[in-house]
Amino acid sequence: MTVAALFFYMFSAGIIGSAFMVISARNPVHAVLFLILAFFNGAGIFLLLGAEFLAMILVIVYVGAVAVLFLFVVMMLDVDFAELKQGVLQYLPIGALIGLLLFIELVMVLGGWVISPEVVRVVETPMVEGMENTEAIGRLLYTKYVYLFQTAGMILLVAMIGAIVLTLHHKPGVRRQNIADQVARDPKTAVELRDVKPGQGV
Amino acid sequence: MEIGLGHFLTVAAILFTLGIFGIFLNRRNVIVILMSIELMLLAVNINLVAFSSFLGDLTGQVFALFVLTVAAGEAAIGLAILVVYFRNRGSIAVEDISSMKG
Repeated sequence: MTVAALFFYMFSAGIIGSAFMVISARNPVHAVLFLILAFFNGAGIFLLLGAEFLAMILVIVYVGAVAVLFLFVVMMLDVDFAELKQGVLQYLPIGALIGLLLFIELVMVLGGWVISPEVVRVVETPMVEGMENTEAIGRLLYTKYVYLFQTAGMILLVAMIGAIVLTLHHKPGVRRQNIADQVARDPKTAVELRDVKPGQGV
Repeated sequence: MEIGLGHFLTVAAILFTLGIFGIFLNRRNVIVILMSIELMLLAVNINLVAFSSFLGDLTGQVFALFVLTVAAGEAAIGLAILVVYFRNRGSIAVEDISSMKG
């Protein structure tokens, strides 16, 4: 058995085991941590496939941003997760049945997949010999798929604005700084002169 | 034993099935449902990258990149909706969300 095969089985066992723990963990914080482990193993599988750029993006974007976002939300919301866990076994048979059916279908569709030798001739964007994976993807992304790349940026912008608009809320009764009011003040309105009589006070 | 395309596709199929199974198993907990969707998207990405690698075609990896982008946006919006919902109702049970009409 080669080293690559050994690593493949290691990463596969890791990703499947941690995915199972994600869906079966009692504590959602543990589920998020197992999700992070699954993403790390997925990055390892991407490395075995020669997609170094995507592997690093998976670690940075998923582990660094999405999984930590999940962790924040799970820890921020004060939810009684034990109550949510009730009645889990009720859906176990139907879930197992549908999962099994789907898996059998996937195996039947993909199991006998053989890549025809002629397909190499119709490949539109072949991998270039001697060019690094990141450079090759960058060249493709900034030339052929530049409009799609811009659209992806717009999607992220919309997602960002949407998340801010949804979660931002102004509490009533909080005094905020109004810079226009502050700048518009002048000595005539800000200072009041009083003639204080001796021994009387204001 | 050489690791072929079938091995990677099998891992992705098992992962996708686990994602589906997770949605059924945790029908009441929205957070775990969102995590199951992330698992399914990871399985799809493994399929795309495996085909890209074995065909020698880079487009699959570019597509996987876009899937990642959309997944990140979806997670952000989904969790934002979840936070707003929890602020209003004090619960994240899926059954309660069905009463959110009008």
